[in-house]
Order: sequence, then structure tokens, then C-alpha cells
Amino acid sequence: MKATTRTVNGIEIINLQGKITIGAGDSQLREVITNALNSGKNNVLLDMSGVTTIDSSGIGELVGSYTTVTNRGGKLKLLHLPAKLNELLHVTQLITVFEVYENEPEALASF
Amino acid sequence: MERGGDSERIEITISSRFENIELVQVIAEHLCENAGVDEDGSHWVGMAVREAVANAIKHGNRLDLRKKVNATFDLRGDDLEITISDEGAGFDPGKVGDPLNPQNLMKTSGRGIFYIKTFMDEIHYSFNPGGGTSLVMTKNLGKGPGVATSKA
Repeated sequence: MKATTRTVNGIEIINLQGKITIGAGDSQLREVITNALNSGKNNVLLDMSGVTTIDSSGIGELVGSYTTVTNRGGKLKLLHLPAKLNELLHVTQLITVFEVYENEPEALASF
Repeated sequence: MERGGDSERIEITISSRFENIELVQVIAEHLCENAGVDEDGSHWVGMAVREAVANAIKHGNRLDLRKKVNATFDLRGDDLEITISDEGAGFDPGKVGDPLNPQNLMKTSGRGIFYIKTFMDEIHYSFNPGGGTSLVMTKNLGKGPGVATSKA
């Protein structure tokens, strides 16, 4: 997995690319979220458009990231959800947990 | 690989490395695609296989490289039966929590078997007395695409 970050209006936008699967990306996601929080960025927008594969471990890391950010008083939201990831969040009812946006300006305005 | 009439059997044995999961997943997806299943339908079967192999490596064999995971694919007509076997100590499927239970919703693990059940028609476990667990999953490939959507 590759992650590129930029900051807009104090919000950390993290663009994730590649696989978020067991042993390949799940721990990297945790690391990139920790780095954002450690640098004082408590509001995180994860751009998922480049995610090619995700499994239950990757979904678990997303949930863990959400909890970590929320516990720090911040917000974690998702942008550009690929259709298959959307399905995986739907069947586990996690879609009710995450705020999901298809449009970056709209997502940024929601924080 | 064996092929006869409208049946086909593929078997692969891998060592307990996460990097090998994709090998087995790809076989599942190609088998489905060759049987005429669309990209989405093949993906969801591949996803079920990925989760089953990951469980076998992590929870079954506990990443012990001396232990193997065996996968067999039996396609008879539209009926695909996939068996994933490990060399672990086994577990009690009844103790696996329901990830849809509100108290489990925010857990960071425990969704693998749920996904397998969602994407396949039937699953069952068998536990060998001498050790090792086999997960048998079946799917009728003639049921059409959109596995997850149809069950959501």
C-alpha cells in the first residue's frame, strides 16, 4: 500500500493506493493514521479511490483507525469509496458508522 | 489439475505465508471466470477464499512455516466446492461472534467468517482427530452475479 498525504484547512487528506490486506497494508494504514495524529492532525479524510483490494483485516484497520481518531477528539471520514469496498461496508453494517463522500470539497466542508 | 467431462479439480498446497494467499485467490477467480461467472461474482468467491486461507494461516497454523495449507477446487457443472485445510488445533465455530451484533460492530477483527458465509452458498467445518481443520465452501455458479448485493 502507498499513502500520500496533504493538508487542506487543517484536515489531513490521505490518499491510499494499492492493497489493504492482511500482512500487506493493514499495519501501514495504522502507521499513517498514527503519524497524522502525532503531528496534531486530528481530522482525517481517507481518499480510498486508489484502493485495489481490501479484506477483513483491512476493514478491521479502518474501524480501528476510526476509533483511534475519534478517541483523540477528531473525525475520520471516507472519500471516493470503490464499489466493492462499499459492498463490504454495507454487508457488515459499517456503512452506518463511516461518513462517506464522493466529492472532496463537500467532504472538507463537513468537518 | 484434472479435467473430465464438465468437471474439473485443482489442488494447491502452500506454506503458511500471507504472501501466498493471493495465489489461491487467483485460482478461485480464474476458475469462476472460466466457468462463465462475471468479474464481480468471481471476485466475491475469490474474497471468500482469501478470508479462508488467511484464517488457516493465521489462526489455524499460527504462521508456522512448517505447516501447510491445502486448497482443493472441485467444479462439477455449475457447482463449485472449495476445501481449505490447515494443520492447526481447530476451534469452536460456535464461539465466533456475530459482527452485526451492535457490541461487536466496532471490533477490529471477527469479520472473515461472516464474509465467507455472505459470499458462498454453504459452509461447514470438519475437524480431524489428529489435528487440522477443513473448511468446505460451496457455491452454485449458475445463480448469477452480485453476490454481496443480492444478500445485502
